[in-house]
Amino acid sequence: MVTISDLSKRYGSNPPVLQQINLAIEKGEFISLIGPSGCGKSTLLKLISGLTSASSGSILVDGMTPVNARKTVSYIFQDATLLPWRNVTRNVGLGLELEHVSREARKAKVQSLLELVGLSHVAQAYPRQLSGGMKMRVSVARALATTPRLLLMDEPFGALDEMTRDRLNEELLRLRAEQSWTAVFVTHSVSEAVFLSTRIIVLAPSPGRIAQQIEIDLPFPRTSLTRESERFESYVTEVSRALRGVHSA
Amino acid sequence: MKKHLVTLLNALAVFAALLLLWQGLDVLLHLPPYMLPTPLAVGRAVVARFPSLVASLAITSTEAAGGLAASIVAGVLIALVFAQSRWVRRMLYPYTILLQTVPIVAVAPLILMWVGPGTLSVTIVAFIICLAPIIANTTQGLISVEPNLIHLFLMHNASRLQILTRLRLPHAVPSLFVGIRIAAGISVIGAITGELFAGSSRVGEGGLGYSILYASAQLQTDYLFALVLAATVLGFAFFFLVMFLEWYFLHNWHESARALTDE
Repeated sequence: MVTISDLSKRYGSNPPVLQQINLAIEKGEFISLIGPSGCGKSTLLKLISGLTSASSGSILVDGMTPVNARKTVSYIFQDATLLPWRNVTRNVGLGLELEHVSREARKAKVQSLLELVGLSHVAQAYPRQLSGGMKMRVSVARALATTPRLLLMDEPFGALDEMTRDRLNEELLRLRAEQSWTAVFVTHSVSEAVFLSTRIIVLAPSPGRIAQQIEIDLPFPRTSLTRESERFESYVTEVSRALRGVHSA
Repeated sequence: MKKHLVTLLNALAVFAALLLLWQGLDVLLHLPPYMLPTPLAVGRAVVARFPSLVASLAITSTEAAGGLAASIVAGVLIALVFAQSRWVRRMLYPYTILLQTVPIVAVAPLILMWVGPGTLSVTIVAFIICLAPIIANTTQGLISVEPNLIHLFLMHNASRLQILTRLRLPHAVPSLFVGIRIAAGISVIGAITGELFAGSSRVGEGGLGYSILYASAQLQTDYLFALVLAATVLGFAFFFLVMFLEWYFLHNWHESARALTDE
């Protein structure tokens, strides 16, 4: 799905943000990028999306350059980035509209998505009337509307309270089970990463590089009960330990 | 709604108190009416010369509204050019500031000389004075779009035109309204300033500015006050019209319009 080889990124003459990244992401994986600030995890996401370009090395998404692959990629930002002048329905339909999907097809698609994420009752509401969690849900629905094969998420739930975040994590996995996209997810939260991922990439800072990869072999479907299991706890411990190693280095 | 009503009543009470004070001043000081007419005398002047007052008001408001409307159209078009690149802004922006700093009383006679006396030249004076705030605010709105929103559009392979029409333009609407609010107030000033120089072809047919000159030359101070009152009312009317339009277009989404709906 994504093949990254010998990737480096530096801005101007500053020391590199990312150095010698090699990573292969298989179809269907849920990858979390975790690491201290300044390790380049958001930069890596921007590189995969083609929003910024590599200084050296290469990235292929579905065998294409990131920019050419955009038709099958969606990006979810740290904040909901909704257009305040559009109601929920028209926000969710934005991507389809930009890609010239016909009005009828758009309407059907948006309606079914709103049902899927439980937003039908606020279809006509404007963003300022929604809570933070709701806004993020709209953002997720908008990203899924264009039926992406790859979903890039940059700390999408970072600003939410823990309960809302947990619930949205569970919903995200439910959506994934129904729609089967591949995901790359940037987060600061160890338990969020363990809960969501099939594989966690621990990045080390200055210069940003892959320090460790940890496969998370917890069975799906994962529910709130998963968080109480012993194996979940031991994965959290393992990832936290890896992060500490990166910090002290 | 009730709160607005209370605010309005308070304002009216202050107004009534001021009128009383003014009327009382006449009793105390016995100023000659051509120095300071009493509110009652002004009221009489309004009633007695109502048709010509309304005629002047109509002329001035047409000129001010025409200048304002033209400045909105031209200002938005110029802002669209400015929004294209930093280079364009660097080259052209100083001239916008020039537009704002040049004293309109000095420019008005020039316009009249070039265009000739009449409604058109007064409208042009109003247009010039309104243009700078529209350009400055709209440009700011067009270029201050959050980078992630641009990224979002890019991720959907949006064209430059799509980014302009579906993102930058709607995003600039609140800023445009800030510009219009400023411009609406000064459009009346611009029109009256223009009229001070434009004069009139026939007596009694000029706008407020012309009539103010005429009344002051004739020492008709009560009518002069009536004209000033009319000019103030016109400014208020413009301001509230813009406020209403702003609320109408933005109450669903923008902070600045919230205060009107939340209470």
